[in-house]
Amino acid sequence: MEIKNAVAGTLESGDIMIQIAPAEKEGLHIDLDSTVAAQFGRQIRAVIEETLTGMGVTDAEIKATDKGARDCTIRARVTAAAVRATGVDVWES
Amino acid sequence: MMFIPGNNPAMMQDAFIYRPDSIMLDLEDAVTMAEKDAARLLVHNALKSIDFRGIERVVRINPLSTPYGRKDVEAVIKGGVDVIRMPKTETADEVRELEAEIEKVETKLGCLGRTRIMAAIESAEGICNAYAIAKASKRMMGIALGAEDYTANLKTQRTPGGAELLFARQTIVVAARAAGIDCFDTVFSNLDDMESFRNEVELIHNLGFDGKSIINPRQISIVNEVFAPKAKDIEKARKIIAGIKEAEAKGSGVISVNGKMVDRPVVLRAQRTMELAIASGILTREEAYE
Repeated sequence: MEIKNAVAGTLESGDIMIQIAPAEKEGLHIDLDSTVAAQFGRQIRAVIEETLTGMGVTDAEIKATDKGARDCTIRARVTAAAVRATGVDVWES
Repeated sequence: MMFIPGNNPAMMQDAFIYRPDSIMLDLEDAVTMAEKDAARLLVHNALKSIDFRGIERVVRINPLSTPYGRKDVEAVIKGGVDVIRMPKTETADEVRELEAEIEKVETKLGCLGRTRIMAAIESAEGICNAYAIAKASKRMMGIALGAEDYTANLKTQRTPGGAELLFARQTIVVAARAAGIDCFDTVFSNLDDMESFRNEVELIHNLGFDGKSIINPRQISIVNEVFAPKAKDIEKARKIIAGIKEAEAKGSGVISVNGKMVDRPVVLRAQRTMELAIASGILTREEAYE
């Protein structure tokens, strides 16, 4: 799937900013910056990977700047960034 | 009903703490054009994942006439929303158009009939059609006044006394009562003037509104104080309900309480007082009707 540079989310507390760029090599490469990386880093990465894979995005560079976002917020921001990066919407309407 | 911007995850996840009666996530005026897609996804995921502790979940969508409205409907129904709030409703046909859109999505999901509709009336044309709007669909649960757009449409502005809104407010209450649905008043935006806010809440309570839209948790306690029945009203209502039960047992429909005649309308008001006492957490249902 062809992707272009895209971003979604903010740096407000409780949010996460997701930047997506075309992959330089195969796979999903996640650069995570989070104040809770030690406790939740693995979980945050898993949610990002699962969301992107579910949307058919398998090769990309992802920069994630987390400000304490919940899983549902991470899913929403990753989906928004992926929709903007691929031009493929998730809604039927 | 507490308004929460649809693109603010921190506010969404904390809103239930303040125990408003309903939480309204806003995809319309609170969200810029560039962020409509992201806010829609945020609200969809919040509805699916956040435990709002039983608080009613309302989403204000963008009008169906915009490129965002239909996607909003799909996203919030898939999230499991309780009520869709239509902005700037002017005709009954607009309600029926939304109803058809909701039915289309619900049919695909296998949850036909789940989502209810609230219509915000924000223009002179909307006020002229308030009753038709209130009766336009069996899904209608309420109508609400949107005063900022309404006063702009009237070519006037909001004043502390609210004289410019009186006709609209009374029209909305009468239309809602005639249709058998609820009615909600508009927001009060000046958080530094709580005295005027209290005056406005007392006014709309006396006009017959069921609730007030709010923009900040600080406003909740004042709305609850004004709407919750007072101890003396509860005591009077209890006497009336007990008296009418006794009279009915004797085959009579009219009694006297504290020297005043009590008939059906008075009993209905007493029952509403008890229902409000229950809703406000002052009494349990057993205590109210023991």
